[in-house]
Amino acid sequence: MIQAIAFYLFAFVVLVSAALTISSRNPVHSVLWLILAFFNAAGLMVLVGAEFIAMLLVIVYVGAVAVLFLFVVMMLDIDFTELRAGFVRYFWIGLALSLALVCEIFIAIGAWSAGGIDFARRAAPIDGAVPNIQAIGELLYSRYLFVFELAGLVLLVAMIGAIVLTFRQRPDSRHQRIRQQVSRRSKDAIRNVNAPVGQGVEL
Amino acid sequence: MSYSQQMMMILPEIVLALGSLILMMVSAFAGHRSARGVSWAAVALLIGAGIALLGPASSGGVAFYGLLRADAFSAFAKLLIYIAAAVSIIIAPRFFAATHGDDLKPEYPVLILLSAIGMGVMVSASDLLTLYVGLELQSLAAYVLASFMRQDTRSAEAGLKYFVLGALASGILLYGISLVYGFTGSTLFDVIALQYSGGLSTGLLFGLVFVFAGLAFKISAVPFHMWTPDVYEGAPTPVTAFFASAPKVAAMGLAVRIAVEAMGPAVDQWRQIVIFAALASIILGAVAAIGQSNIKRLLAYSSINNVGFALVGLAAGTQAGVSAVLIYMTIYIAMTLGSFLIVLQMRDENGVPVETIASLAGMSRTRPWLAAALAMFMFSLAGIPPLFGFYAKFAVFSAAVDAGLFALAAVGIAASVIGAYYYLRVVKTMFFDEPAPAFAPMQSKVEGGLIAISALFISPLGYLLIPALLSATTSAARALL
Repeated sequence: MIQAIAFYLFAFVVLVSAALTISSRNPVHSVLWLILAFFNAAGLMVLVGAEFIAMLLVIVYVGAVAVLFLFVVMMLDIDFTELRAGFVRYFWIGLALSLALVCEIFIAIGAWSAGGIDFARRAAPIDGAVPNIQAIGELLYSRYLFVFELAGLVLLVAMIGAIVLTFRQRPDSRHQRIRQQVSRRSKDAIRNVNAPVGQGVEL
Repeated sequence: MSYSQQMMMILPEIVLALGSLILMMVSAFAGHRSARGVSWAAVALLIGAGIALLGPASSGGVAFYGLLRADAFSAFAKLLIYIAAAVSIIIAPRFFAATHGDDLKPEYPVLILLSAIGMGVMVSASDLLTLYVGLELQSLAAYVLASFMRQDTRSAEAGLKYFVLGALASGILLYGISLVYGFTGSTLFDVIALQYSGGLSTGLLFGLVFVFAGLAFKISAVPFHMWTPDVYEGAPTPVTAFFASAPKVAAMGLAVRIAVEAMGPAVDQWRQIVIFAALASIILGAVAAIGQSNIKRLLAYSSINNVGFALVGLAAGTQAGVSAVLIYMTIYIAMTLGSFLIVLQMRDENGVPVETIASLAGMSRTRPWLAAALAMFMFSLAGIPPLFGFYAKFAVFSAAVDAGLFALAAVGIAASVIGAYYYLRVVKTMFFDEPAPAFAPMQSKVEGGLIAISALFISPLGYLLIPALLSATTSAARALL
C-alpha cells in the first residue's frame, strides 16, 4: 500500500515540477524546479529497488545542476539585491518545500523497507541478495561491456569537440616562459644606478 | 563464442578507434601542420577498416550477448559509409585553404573517423542500447563538424541549430525506446520482435511511433526535415557533403534494421508511417527546392527528396524492398558526392567559394567538362533513363509494386516529375544562360579524379555493375529477412 502511495506521490511531483521547469520565466526558478524533479525521480528509483542509481541521480544531477545554477547566475544579468529582498517573505515557502522533501525521504525509506515494486518482465532482474553496485558492475563489465566502451568514445568526442570549438592559440598573450625565468641571471635583471641628490632617477 | 572471435567481428571498429586515438595524439603534439598527414592517415585507416570487413565482420553473426550483429547487411552499409567518409576527408584540405582564418585542423579527420565508428555501430546494432549509443557517437561528432569554421557565423548557426534539434530528436527517440523497453521488457531486437508478434498494445504502438519519428529526423524525412536546408547551407561544404552521404546511409540502415528486425511483425503499422514520410518527403523536397537560389540548399532539398524515394523501398517491407533501399543509397551517395565535389570547384578568380546557382550560368562554355559532369549528376538525380539514377528509382518502385503498393508507386512517380523540374533548371542555367564570370581552374587532380569516377559510376556504364550490386544487396537483405 505505502509503495503505491509513494509511487503516485513521486510521479505526480515529477510531472508537476517538470512542467514548471519549462514554464517558469525566471531561469533560477526553473533550475530549482529541475532539482525537485530530480529528487523525486530519485525517489522513484528507490521504489524500484535501484538505490545506487537513486543516489547517483541526487549526487551527480543535483550536483551538476548546482554548477549549472552558478553558470546561469554568472551569465544572466540578475539583480541580487532584488532577489534577496523577498527573503523573509519567501522564507516560509522555502521551509515548507524543504519539509516536503524531508517527508518524501521518510516516505521513500518507509516504502523501500516495505519491499520494492516488482516488475513482471525485465532483461536483467535484480537478485535481492546481490548489492546494487555489484549487480550493476557485473552487468556493465560483461553483458554491456561493448556499449560501455562505446560510451567512453562518446565522451572522448565531447571532449575533442569542446576543445576544437573553444580553444584558441593567442600569439599576443603573455605566456609564462619558465625556461627564460629560470635561466635569468641577476646581472641581467639588476642595474646599479648612482642617483645624484635632488635630480631623481631615469628609468 | 570465444572473446577473440567477437573481437574479430568488430575489427573495423577497433581499427578505426585505435587509429583515431593515435592520430589524436599526433595532432595534439604536432599541431596544425600535421593536418594533411593526419588526413591521409585517416583515409588509410578507413581503407584498412574496409578490408577488415572481409573477415568475420561481414559474416560472424551475433556478438556481445546479442548487442551487435555482424552480417552482410551491416558490412554493405559500412562499406558505403567508409567510402563516403574517406571522400569527405580527401576534399577538406583544399576547401579550408581557401577560407579566411579557418585552417584545416587535424581534428577534422579524427572526428570523421569517430563518427564513422558510430555509424558502423548504428548499422550493426541489434539492441536498442547499442543503437542509441552509436547514434549519439555519430551525432555528437556531426554537431562539432557543422560548426567547424569558427570565424563563420553561418557555420556556428548551423552547428547550434543541428545540436538543439538533434537533441530534441534524440529525446523523442529515447522516449520511444523507453516505451518499447517498458512494454516488451527487453532492449534486444529479437525479443522485441517476439513481443510485437503477439499483438499490439497501445504502449507498443506509441513506442513504435516515437521511434520512427526520431529516426525520421535523423534521415531528414518530412515532417522532421526543417533543420536540413539551414544546416547544409551553413556547414562547411566538405562537411555538408559528409552529412548528405554517410550519416544518411547509416540512419537509413538503422531504420531498415529496426523496422524489419525489431518491429517486423508490426509491418502494417509502420508501413503507414513510412508511406506518409516517403510521399511527404518526395513532394515537399521537390516543391520547396524550386525556389532555391543557393546550390547547397538545393542539394539539401534534393537529399530530402531522395530519402523519400529510398523510403518507398522500405515501405515494401520485403526482401526485394530492403535490397532496393541499399541499391538506392549506393547510387545516391555517388550522385550526391559527385554534385558536392563540383560545388567545391565553384570559386571565383580569387579562390573564394561561391554558392549561388546564378554563378553557374554559361558554365558549358567556360568549363565544359565540369558542366557536363554536373549535368550528368542532375539528370541522374532526376532519374532520367540512360543514367544510373533511373535504375535506383526503378528498383524501389518495382519493389513497391511487387508488394502491392500501387498507389504509392503511382504518386511517387508523378512527384518525381516535379523534382525533375528543378534539376533541369540547373542544367538550363549552365547550358543556355549568358556566361557568368568563369570559375578558377581546378587545381586538385584528386578531386578531378573523384568527379570522373562518380560520373563514370552513374553513367550508363554503371549498368554493367548491376549483377554485382544485386547479388551484394540481395545477400545483405537476406541477412535481415
